Amino acid sequence: MTSVKNLLSSGLLAATGAGRSNGGSGGAKSKPARYSAADLLWKGARDQEWQRVWRDLPLKKSYDVVIIGGGVHGLACAYYLATNHGITNVAVLDKGYLGGGGSGRNTAIVRSNYLTPEGVAFYDRSLSLYNDLSVDLNMNIMFSKRGHLTLAHSDAALRTMNWRAEVNKLQNIDSSVITPEEIKEIVPSLDISHNPPHPITGALYHPPGGIVRHDAVNWGYARGADHLGVEMHQKTEVLDIIVEGGAGPNGKGDGGKVTGVKTNRGDISAPIVVNATAGWASLISGMAGVTLPITTHTLQAAVTEPVKVFLPAVVVSGTLHVYVSQTDRGEFVFGAAVDPVPTYSIRGTLSFTESLAGHILELMPGVSKMRLLRSWAGLCDMTPDYSPIMGFCEVEGFMNAVGWGTYGFKAGPASGEQMAEAIATQRTPKLLEPFRLSRFDDGMLVGEKGAAAVGH
Amino acid sequence: MIVVPCPNCGPRNESDFRHVGASLKRPDPSTVTSTEWHNYLYLRDNPADWVKETWYCRAGCRKFFALERHTATNEFRDPPLPGNKKGGAA
Repeated sequence: MTSVKNLLSSGLLAATGAGRSNGGSGGAKSKPARYSAADLLWKGARDQEWQRVWRDLPLKKSYDVVIIGGGVHGLACAYYLATNHGITNVAVLDKGYLGGGGSGRNTAIVRSNYLTPEGVAFYDRSLSLYNDLSVDLNMNIMFSKRGHLTLAHSDAALRTMNWRAEVNKLQNIDSSVITPEEIKEIVPSLDISHNPPHPITGALYHPPGGIVRHDAVNWGYARGADHLGVEMHQKTEVLDIIVEGGAGPNGKGDGGKVTGVKTNRGDISAPIVVNATAGWASLISGMAGVTLPITTHTLQAAVTEPVKVFLPAVVVSGTLHVYVSQTDRGEFVFGAAVDPVPTYSIRGTLSFTESLAGHILELMPGVSKMRLLRSWAGLCDMTPDYSPIMGFCEVEGFMNAVGWGTYGFKAGPASGEQMAEAIATQRTPKLLEPFRLSRFDDGMLVGEKGAAAVGH
Repeated sequence: MIVVPCPNCGPRNESDFRHVGASLKRPDPSTVTSTEWHNYLYLRDNPADWVKETWYCRAGCRKFFALERHTATNEFRDPPLPGNKKGGAA
């Protein structure tokens, strides 16, 4: 059922923009059947079936690389292993379906206006990969570069915005602090008067930020990787990771070496196992005897019925714990801060919806008659410094791309690309160096609390 | 929504409470090793299982108390009820 939906949407998407004739880009690998507007018309007129997007294969006994987690990070890592490094004997395992976790539950915002130079460099790499992703994947990811506004409601918030703007400008990121009058020009529906309890005092404006269709990113990476020989195994749950020679029980932990994984469909031997499981990261790393400084929280989001377009940018308010954007269909997508209680239960709450609605009305009183269609929750793997944990650890062959908290989707392409480089070269790339697990031992934290999320 | 069983006020919405989390003892700074300090600062148990944690009844009795909760289902095990009598009325 899922695949039929995938086929339809990817075919339709291709017609809206990504369709182009066979270009000369990419390697000399086996080319997938390209999506194009002509193809859509031809197949549509003749009522032809579309080819399956990715194959459903039996599980092999051994792979060069096993990636646990079929979300944007795992799929991107597999895709770049195949395209950039020619490593194609790769399996992506997911206990559910591809893109069913945070990759399909986020609010699809991308940006690079972070607070630390390390964070800015990393997320900007991701943004530049997103720029060309529709062409690279031959799938329209519907990247709408509409600009990103982070509102300030106090002098303290304005000071942080100025700080971020200066850090951003040093790295050639288009980012600046603007006045309430300039905000009104960009988003006329915002109330910039002094009447609300938290009047708007300014904003950090980041024109390259925007929104992306997250499902298309997941499916595009999966399709691209599949055509290069990578295997995607859905409904394949990892039950244990086999480690030998470590200091802990069963040879796990410090000094150990990964030899494979046990799954509900049989054992697999692999010298490299990548943990890309976000909210479930602690459980998976625990199987290898590695303890991560991560706690799992839910983050909730909600969407309204579609209306006429009147919100031309992504608007974020840390003080009001809310971020909002309008999709191409006209729906308003709202997100908020992570829930304070650590839990693995992916359920929404009424108190969230109530407080969200209150904050939205404070920001945009005009939407009081709009109705919410649905709300949902996803799991976030929060780290102490609000930056991810990537690369090697004390168990040889076990690699992490976790700790994504509330900012995982925007990092997907860079995380995949850099993790693939780390796997292929067995060296930590420069962009990943600040995000190593050992930074917590050295006290070299990358504090992104002021820029990674709202309301902390 | 999590309904937290306060031993004094009975079951109430989670928004009435502050989740304090695991009770950790701060290591003695004069004798602590760097590993112990690292663990105290950064490492928290994150199981999909029963955990014992502290809650603070912010909007009611303003007392701290410990409860056992399952992190995958958010149900509470053997919650103490008002008057410390099991099965008593809320």
